[in-house]
Amino acid sequence: MLTRSQLVLLTAIALSVVVSLFSNQIDPYYLLVIINVGINVTLAVSLNLVNGYTGQFSLGHAGFMAVGAYTASAISLFVGPKFFAALGSHGTPAAGALFFLALIVGGLVAAFAGLIVGIPSLRLKGDYLAIVTLGFGEIIRVIFRNIESLGGALGLNGIPPYTNFFWTYGVVAITVYVVISMVHSTYGRGFLAVHDDEVAAEAMGLNTTRYKIIAFVVGAFFAGIAGGLFSHSVTSIDPRGFDFIRSIEIVVMVILGGMGNTVGVILAAILLTLLPEFLRPIAEYRMMIYSLLLIVLMLTRPQGLFTIRKKLSVSAGEKGPMAKA
Amino acid sequence: MTEFLQQLINGLSLGAIYALIALGYTMVYGVLRFINFAHSDVFMVGAFAGYYISKRIPRESLGGGLLVLAGAMLICAILGIVIERLAYRPLRSRSKLNVLITAIGVSLLLENAGQFFFGANPKVFPALFPVKTFTFGNGLVMSSNQMAVFIVAIILLVSLQFIVRKTKIGTAMRAVSFNPTAASLVGINNDVVISFTFGLGSALAAAGGILYALNYPSIDPLMGILPGLKAFVAAVLGGIGNIPGAALGGLLLGIIETFVNGSRFSTYTDAIAFAILILILLFRPAGLLGKLQVEKV
Amino acid sequence: MLEIKNLKVNYGAITALQGISLEVKQGDIVTLIGANGAGKTTTLRAISGLLKLQSGEVLYQGRNIANMPAHQIVKLGMSHVPEGRMVFANLTVLENLQMGAYLRKDKKGIQQEMDYVFSVFPRLKERQKQVAGTLSGGEQQMLAIGRALMSKPKFLMLDEPSLGIAPLLVKTIFEKIVEINKQQGISILLVEQNANLALEISRYGYVLETGRIILQDQSAALRQNPQVKSAYLGGG
Repeated sequence: MLTRSQLVLLTAIALSVVVSLFSNQIDPYYLLVIINVGINVTLAVSLNLVNGYTGQFSLGHAGFMAVGAYTASAISLFVGPKFFAALGSHGTPAAGALFFLALIVGGLVAAFAGLIVGIPSLRLKGDYLAIVTLGFGEIIRVIFRNIESLGGALGLNGIPPYTNFFWTYGVVAITVYVVISMVHSTYGRGFLAVHDDEVAAEAMGLNTTRYKIIAFVVGAFFAGIAGGLFSHSVTSIDPRGFDFIRSIEIVVMVILGGMGNTVGVILAAILLTLLPEFLRPIAEYRMMIYSLLLIVLMLTRPQGLFTIRKKLSVSAGEKGPMAKA
Repeated sequence: MTEFLQQLINGLSLGAIYALIALGYTMVYGVLRFINFAHSDVFMVGAFAGYYISKRIPRESLGGGLLVLAGAMLICAILGIVIERLAYRPLRSRSKLNVLITAIGVSLLLENAGQFFFGANPKVFPALFPVKTFTFGNGLVMSSNQMAVFIVAIILLVSLQFIVRKTKIGTAMRAVSFNPTAASLVGINNDVVISFTFGLGSALAAAGGILYALNYPSIDPLMGILPGLKAFVAAVLGGIGNIPGAALGGLLLGIIETFVNGSRFSTYTDAIAFAILILILLFRPAGLLGKLQVEKV
Repeated sequence: MLEIKNLKVNYGAITALQGISLEVKQGDIVTLIGANGAGKTTTLRAISGLLKLQSGEVLYQGRNIANMPAHQIVKLGMSHVPEGRMVFANLTVLENLQMGAYLRKDKKGIQQEMDYVFSVFPRLKERQKQVAGTLSGGEQQMLAIGRALMSKPKFLMLDEPSLGIAPLLVKTIFEKIVEINKQQGISILLVEQNANLALEISRYGYVLETGRIILQDQSAALRQNPQVKSAYLGGG
């Protein structure tokens, strides 16, 4: 017996298999854009679990993405040859198995990093949490810069281009499914409770710290997988590509979509990945327009573009001291 | 020993710059309880303002240098006030995270506008003050630019302390930071005080930007990001909201970084500040001076 | 001096004041008594501009000051000593008093005011260099009143001046309130839980219950009113 959402998940995966069969007929540029869209959707939806549903503001998502990207790439580059030798094959099934392994391990290592970062930082709230996660993200980057076997500041090159339509949208489907079913399970209502009123949630006997850490770890896991997809798509990575500007880009997708609104966040991730492509003719203004939009959006529609129901505050957070009591 | 002292001097001069930037974070946090993410980019604008003003003013002269400094401080003070007025004030009663995100937006806007108007490539910052190298008896070396950092930083810190402690508007700043409601009940217009705070903090950031540019003579629109983040760490280290704390935190961070940079862990220098931040937030969130002093702004 | 008409205030969906009207005449002491949560503090905060009004008028010296920002209302000669005193605990006693005169530029006048405050509350003079946070509750109340006087107000609002203060000091503070009213001719609107004391020093009183004025009369008459007696004067 399958539930409706499980059916949707299976259909989505099946569809991505079918489309990937024809993907070599798609113009390579469009295919690249489509894959980027998928990676960004994964990143945004997973961050939304942390920022949107539990209201814990994290600015370190790119750090977890980096962990996944490096781990998965290292497996493909260093374990790959032995793996193929052992199997005596390096055809599509063998490569697929290796990539699957690389993505999963990348995700798990990122999740572990999420656990290590989450346990101490989630004691903090609001802007302090934002800054600490930002700090952790930067530390992760500096560490990679110092690991010579992973290329140091130059990064890794020649990563096999395993990422294709099937893998990308398979991951998207699973991420969306996991996040939605986590949030809508009885268990998952805890996330929303933490978001709405932490004190009350605690008083009801919910272990808010546990919810926050679970959300953080799951978010980091999918960020890691997205990192693996990313590195096997661009085929060369270096620490600079995962700085906090990257984190902020993901945050902006979540905000634009409306925190805690998965459909909105998916739409925003698509829009924000395509927008720069459309704006290419006016590339010089592109980033200025982008940042101006963010400010105007916060001033006029703090609840996000795609959220209809009015949700005034981003967190259950305290108001500034200047608010007239 | 000489090497140690030399490193200490280098560390103090870097730290003095962090201190100047950290003061802006701490003062704004004092009155509004939020992290002004765009502060680091005001620092960058300060450096660029100095760069463009200096084109019209004789180089390597004391008067010219001071004029550039004053001009950049004025421009940034106005910029800070305008940012608060347009981007932060309308959000004052909203959640802190809304304001934080807006601040990130302002930060991105300044960086991107900087790349658009100033160009993305680094520019060489001119020598504003007469260039000299002072060598002391035991072999210590100090450049006139380092000297400028110390002198300007000390003068600004003392003036700031005077403004905050002895003037009416400074007292009002402390009053607003303690209790904005009570402040409005004695007739203080909180908006004016907040504008003043932004202006003051931004002027200090501009001074920091110019001193930084003098010593690392290359400027670009993204130059503010890292020093800005580190200066924020310095503010937290000293106890956010606490003015002497920000100065102390800046100096400490500058010294620690310089010593790490001179050791075999030099490649980790950029991570040190964040490691300190995490440790301080976990073990002493009030910062070094946070609990010892009741005084806040 | 002050006349409020049909004042309504909401906190979100909750109605805090459902249309109250009251009047304070020149040189008068008027008191507003009532239980916790009746809306006393809300009334004062609405008058002094700390809260947004739903509707109604606040006529101060014949001028409608409804929804004027708090800091501008101070300029008109109205001073509000808020509940919980709200002294600037991080400033010295002297700095607190100086902040009270924030809008004044006449150095001489400010000094005169300061001398007057010190003559009313000599304790403040002894402690002028001390940080306000280190004062006792009673001293902080004196400071809060002193700070309010520094703006040379014509109209003073006091919110629960007896709250959390040693009984002996309460008596002193109430004597000082009368003294200030007599010597400076300042009209006073006093909010108090201690109805006995409040009705003793005031001329006229209003009784507030769940956002409505349910009773008003001369204070002397209110003290004899059986309803007031049983509800607010400890039965006796």
